[in-house]
Amino acid sequence: MSTTATSPVEGKPQPEKNHRPTVSAKPVTWKLPVTLAVLATIAFIFFGLLGPQANAKFGVSSSGDFFQLPAIEVPAFLSGMVLSLILLVLAGYALVLKARANRRPPRWVPAVFTVVFVVAFLIWVVGGARTPSISLAGLIAGSVTLAVPIVFGSLSGVLCERAGVVNIAIEGQLLGGAFTAALVASLTHNPYLGLLAAAVAGALVSVVLAVFSIKYVVNQIIVGVVLNVLVSGLTGFLFTTVMQSDPEKYNSPAELPIIDIPVLSSIPVIGPILFKQSVVGYLMYVAVIVIWVALFKTKWGLRVRAVGEHPQAADTLGIKVNATRFWNVTLGGAVAGIGGSFFTLVAIDSFTKEISGGRGFIALAAMILGRWNPIGAFFAALLFGFADNLQSIVTIIGTPVPSQFMAMLPYVVTVFAVAGLVGRSRPPAADGIPYIKG
Amino acid sequence: MLQRPYASGPSLPDTSRLVRVLKLELKGITKRFGSLVANDHIDVVVEPGQIHCLLGENGAGKSTLMNVLYGLYEPTEGEILIDDKPVTFRGPGDAMAAGIGMVHQHFMLVPVFTVAENVALGAETTKTGGFLDLDDTRRKIREISDRYGFDVDPDALIEDLPVGVQQRVEIIKALVRDAKVLILDEPTAVLTPQDTDELLDIMRQLKSHGTSIVFISHKLREVKAVSDTITVIRRGKVVGSADPGASTTELASMMVGRAVSLTLDKAPANPQETTFEVKNLTVIAPNGQHVVDGISFGIARGEILAVAGVQGNGQTELTEAILGLHERVHGSITLDGEELVGRSVKEVLNAGVGFVPEDRSLDGLIGTFSIAENLILDRYDQAPFAKGISMSPAKVLENAKTRIAEFDVRTPSGSLAAGTLSGGNQQKVVMARELSRPLRLFIASQPTRGVDVGSIEFLHKRIVAERDHGTPVMIVSTELDEVIELADRIAVLYKGRLVGIVPAGTGRDVLGLMMAGVSPDEAQADAAGRHSARSLSENPAANAAENPAGTPAEKPATKPAMNPAPAAPSVQEPGSGAVGDPHE
Repeated sequence: MSTTATSPVEGKPQPEKNHRPTVSAKPVTWKLPVTLAVLATIAFIFFGLLGPQANAKFGVSSSGDFFQLPAIEVPAFLSGMVLSLILLVLAGYALVLKARANRRPPRWVPAVFTVVFVVAFLIWVVGGARTPSISLAGLIAGSVTLAVPIVFGSLSGVLCERAGVVNIAIEGQLLGGAFTAALVASLTHNPYLGLLAAAVAGALVSVVLAVFSIKYVVNQIIVGVVLNVLVSGLTGFLFTTVMQSDPEKYNSPAELPIIDIPVLSSIPVIGPILFKQSVVGYLMYVAVIVIWVALFKTKWGLRVRAVGEHPQAADTLGIKVNATRFWNVTLGGAVAGIGGSFFTLVAIDSFTKEISGGRGFIALAAMILGRWNPIGAFFAALLFGFADNLQSIVTIIGTPVPSQFMAMLPYVVTVFAVAGLVGRSRPPAADGIPYIKG
Repeated sequence: MLQRPYASGPSLPDTSRLVRVLKLELKGITKRFGSLVANDHIDVVVEPGQIHCLLGENGAGKSTLMNVLYGLYEPTEGEILIDDKPVTFRGPGDAMAAGIGMVHQHFMLVPVFTVAENVALGAETTKTGGFLDLDDTRRKIREISDRYGFDVDPDALIEDLPVGVQQRVEIIKALVRDAKVLILDEPTAVLTPQDTDELLDIMRQLKSHGTSIVFISHKLREVKAVSDTITVIRRGKVVGSADPGASTTELASMMVGRAVSLTLDKAPANPQETTFEVKNLTVIAPNGQHVVDGISFGIARGEILAVAGVQGNGQTELTEAILGLHERVHGSITLDGEELVGRSVKEVLNAGVGFVPEDRSLDGLIGTFSIAENLILDRYDQAPFAKGISMSPAKVLENAKTRIAEFDVRTPSGSLAAGTLSGGNQQKVVMARELSRPLRLFIASQPTRGVDVGSIEFLHKRIVAERDHGTPVMIVSTELDEVIELADRIAVLYKGRLVGIVPAGTGRDVLGLMMAGVSPDEAQADAAGRHSARSLSENPAANAAENPAGTPAEKPATKPAMNPAPAAPSVQEPGSGAVGDPHE
């Protein structure tokens, strides 16, 4: 309570008034403890009992670092046993808490569980591989690279959905951005113009979404899906008819250079991630912070969130609901467009059909997992990038697990992350509901 | 617009402040929606510093008028004058800038925002760069909160606050924007009787600080207690103005347009054996909350049990659980010894349960279906309406004719869509359907919500008739008047639990305390204490001063009672009509 709030002793006895008129607290369920127990058992059987006998080797430093850390080498079987026993203990702790005290485990339990599980999994995979050695620095740096378009896509989702418009069209915005960036950068030989054009293209896709969903009140999900199909068809068509007619002229974009900040980029592991990026990479960090601050610390953000939560309340306070939504959706499109340019200006040096490869949908999942919060979405996107990268690295070093299963990894992570482990997160209350005045 | 609402701090006496007061006039306001005339040349003058009441039934056009005044609707004709100068409002922003604030019937608060964020929204104070300066808003909230004794924490989340406090946040919102005229649209609809008393007191305080109030209501008791002027609106037109001293029957007949009887002639109940029993009933919502928590009660044949409580305390779930609409139900519900838990809705209905749901347009009727079809929604597959796989339209229409006549549904034809009927007539259709088969239990949830006074009378009589027919009847109502009117016994729910069951004739302040979770015994003791204090004098303010500091369960002693009449102990207070108490 605030300092000015009268305490009950001071003459305003208000019994039962500070309670909600609804009922008792949420009961503790068996879901989490049981899930943990099942996962721990699987870990114990596979990573522990059936664990490989070789040593797993993890390189920490890359050759450019200004000091070298030794590689970490661990016996796979022994550490698999130890780690899976830790998992069993954690799961047991959760089970006992539920059974004895009917309490849910403290928040660190699932977090520590996840980390230990991932480490155990890594050791098991690497230890069982033909060449039991991977570079940890490479694994993390690659994760960030793969995460860049996902981060931009999820930020686009956050901007739109915080204002109350569901943006299924992220995939289309990424793809539109990628195509336009390639075309413009090829024609002008200037990657920065390509980057700008990508933002414009993404915004244009968004304007269509905004006009149909806000002005003509068409179902937002349907418009989004249609836009994805439209952009995919359009870029595919232009790719075969225009780009392939003269790839030299139309599809060899100038690349965005990697800007290497001296000294800082030589810090082991985190150096390359933070200080050896292209403009798009740096923009990603800036965008995450700027959008977070803008949404939660400024007048603009308060209004945007009000529009997404309770548009009628915003309207009665003189805030223009539909105009706010229109501009937010457009801005979101521009952000996703920049993310799309990463494909053609940084990662790959030319456009191909469907180059975004479903990352727009993963971005949507990252947004939900990140609870509609830019920073949450960023870390969720990193998780997906990590799963994606791990999958390709593990395939290269050759594991006992069929590569098709490893290729499923990012999507399995998506399903688990969104559906189960994090619990239900709450979207903005008016998300997806058009606002009609009167 | 963003300046501080008052020039002086809360410590200075009120009289020293110079408050710009404002005279508001609505002249010939007409608002049409297509062919529907919601407001027809309405003239209202709100004098500065007055509480002006707009009295009218649901659907009379009060809220439309206020939405015009607040800039949410543009009037088809007519003009708004402020201090005799015509103004046009293009949106609520203009109205607020002109000094008009509104507290909507459904609160316009973002549930996941804090109090401060809600108050700041739309009128934010910012530091350089557009960054929010919530400290400034917090300071303003504390200032207003202190002045009126609101006890509002600027950093509390709205969704954690009880409705009464949320309403104060709405008032703060208007005051921060320097409102000179405050519109309160049906502000007591969601409040417990205690909260209502406090609100009326806040209104008096605001008035003494120079704020004019437009008070929209259809509850005569409250209107009489607080208004300076009353304008009565019926079917979109001003039908006259009245003095707050006018009797309730007088006001009611102005509001309805004919003489109405406010009391129900009800023979004493003649309860027989208890055939309906609920034991340890618990209903668990999808989010895991126990929305109904271990409730046990029984209803005898020939008696009406009324379930009272503020909305959202488990009443809806209780009735739905009896009907079989909930999945996670523990405990037992028996009707004539037959277990109903675990049965399908159809089986429950066939066991002889009649059910009038609380939201007729959502759960009671299919608006696009004809009246005749709606009248057989529960028996469409039975003879005589169905023959094998085909239906018999003639029989359906024939049934409709009888029911329409019997229940006095005002409609030219049974083949009209049910959605075109007025609220009262729609409710008659639902009631006619549910009462047209032999029942062993009748449940009616909010039987007269949004229904005109004439229909209320009729519906209440039908409910009592069903009781006299020997059916156990369960009424759920958030209107305390209705509960007192109909009940033979009253069960009070609070947070999904049964606070207690008390006999009919229990005083409204006892019930009010029970609705806030106070046990029946404590409530009795407390109410008795307040009555002895009140009977010392007719002046509520003086009473309040003499009222001894009570039990922790007692309401703030400085709040004068809403009903200043020198009441006999309210246990003996006679039942009153749903629109007010004629005995005042």
